[in-house]
Amino acid sequence: MTDIDETPAGLRDRGLPGEGLDARLVVDRGIFRLDVALTAAPGDVVALLGPNGAGKTTALRALAGLVPLTGGHLCLDGAALDRTPPEARPVGVVFQDYLLFPHLSALDNVAFGPRCRGATKAEARAQAAGWLARMGLTGHAGAKPRRLSGGQAQRVALARALATRPRLLLLDEPLAALDARTRLEVRAQLRRHLAEFEAVAVLVTHDPLDAMVLADRLVVVEHGRVVQEGTPSDIARRPRTDYVAQLVGLNLYRGQADGHTVRLEAGPALTITEDLSGPVFVAFPPGAVTLHRDRPTGSSARNLWRCEVAGLETHGDQIRADLTGTLPLTADLTTVAAAELGLHPGAVVWAAVKAAQTHAYPA
Amino acid sequence: MTEVDRARTVVPESGARRARALGGVPLPLLLPALVGLAFLLLPLLALLIRAPWRSLPQQLTSAEVWQALQLSLVSATAATAVSLVLGVPLAWLLARTDFPGRGLVRALVTLPLVLPPVVGGVALLLALGRGGVVGQWLDAWFGITLPFTTAGVVVAEAFVAMPFLVISVEGTLRAADPRYEEAATTLGASRFTAFRRVTLPLIAPGIAAGAVLAWARALGEFGATITFAGNFPGRTQTMPLAVYLALQNDPAAAIALSLVLLTVSIAVLAGLRDRWMTAST
Repeated sequence: MTDIDETPAGLRDRGLPGEGLDARLVVDRGIFRLDVALTAAPGDVVALLGPNGAGKTTALRALAGLVPLTGGHLCLDGAALDRTPPEARPVGVVFQDYLLFPHLSALDNVAFGPRCRGATKAEARAQAAGWLARMGLTGHAGAKPRRLSGGQAQRVALARALATRPRLLLLDEPLAALDARTRLEVRAQLRRHLAEFEAVAVLVTHDPLDAMVLADRLVVVEHGRVVQEGTPSDIARRPRTDYVAQLVGLNLYRGQADGHTVRLEAGPALTITEDLSGPVFVAFPPGAVTLHRDRPTGSSARNLWRCEVAGLETHGDQIRADLTGTLPLTADLTTVAAAELGLHPGAVVWAAVKAAQTHAYPA
Repeated sequence: MTEVDRARTVVPESGARRARALGGVPLPLLLPALVGLAFLLLPLLALLIRAPWRSLPQQLTSAEVWQALQLSLVSATAATAVSLVLGVPLAWLLARTDFPGRGLVRALVTLPLVLPPVVGGVALLLALGRGGVVGQWLDAWFGITLPFTTAGVVVAEAFVAMPFLVISVEGTLRAADPRYEEAATTLGASRFTAFRRVTLPLIAPGIAAGAVLAWARALGEFGATITFAGNFPGRTQTMPLAVYLALQNDPAAAIALSLVLLTVSIAVLAGLRDRWMTAST
């Protein structure tokens, strides 16, 4: 039997200097250039978050050695891996569609790694059985992958990756292949397994919820570059690009602050509660926006703009309105409010945001 | 990006389901189609009509027939084995690696498919014959002479049959998802281990189909065999050579031998029906 949780929890949090992952991944493909720096201590779960085509998967493949680096460096626990072939790297990968070997049983899939790394057939199978038990899959050890459900296949893939006892675990869109219901359940399980994992885990996802639930730290990648990095709550509170703002559901603007006034790049000025100067971001949630058919008189909101409805969609139990005009923004309102306002694409409305509902921070 | 979904092997919809009933087929298409069908079937029918059914048991139990049949089966099987051992790695090289001139190599591999087998036999003589480019050294160093031996039959048949196997296996390899090999690599498998333990089992059906194709081709080989290995009963006289020879002096025996080969061909076709008779659209 193997045991993943040998390291006491206290020791696992911050590794010794030189332990963990220290990488700068440069992959040059002519029209596309990836240049991403990644560091993580043992026990960290880092999510690479970004839109499709941002280079997340390329970064993951570079870490695994499936794509050669054209520059930068890759150190794991103090050892340089740049020139190490993939089969010799202490790296485990959970692929997007798992890539379980279809001709092998779940048990033999998991035993494949230990077997390749020198264990005898009996040892490898005993280890694999231990991993399957840990994943709650003992009853499915003999099943071929095509007979496993999506959630089961995902756990077999995780067991297979962990069975080689990697020092770096890579997960490529680990939940993307699952339907919504399974996803919820598997996400919770995966979170538990990742929390138990004592080495570095890097996962790639385009789903902000997966990233925030599973990871301690997010690295947002756009166009092959890191655009923002931090804890989930930090990123959710202080987005720095339109993509991140959209992910976390905030209206985001960039401008020049002078005291409590921000002159936005988009045009109008915004009143904030913070006292700042120089380049800043201003963010506010769509729920903070109130809409009026006529220009409100005597409103305490000093941030008031005339807008036109560009589009409407249901968002949970609310209506989300896309507005264009002096300041493009999104606003959430109840279905009743939307009906009372007579909202329809092309309708003219006044949008107000209280200064207290905005959040400004240096750019 | 690498996130592009790789096309999976799509099982084509059964042709019969999509085709319409014969009613509306235009005459200019229907007529040549029926003539073509008759053209393909008539000779086989003639073989059955003119078969000396009464003397057949006696014809087929003669020593020469058994000798030829045995030699054919053994040499075709040996040629298929040679093709497998050399052809599968060659197919892998063509499908999975990138090297300068790969297109040219593939063209050269397929050349024996279109080359007249007699020319292949002549070429083999010049290469492996007693005085051939390589053959003279084989003779001088190891005392091996291939022409006019059973081994020579195997060489001639493998030369003609191997391209069928290579083409078939290469196609299967290209359709197989190479990411399984990557997954194996990340688990610590060398490229060879990944090939042996993952790729090979995945493409086994394609290899089997290619092997059957190569075997059938080897069994029917005539031109290269008679040119390179000659026509010695019991040593190099395979069934097709026996048929040809029998036709000169004992037509009934030729028909009987042909029936045996036809039976073998039908058996091969039946074995492959799932692969070609239903899924080809």
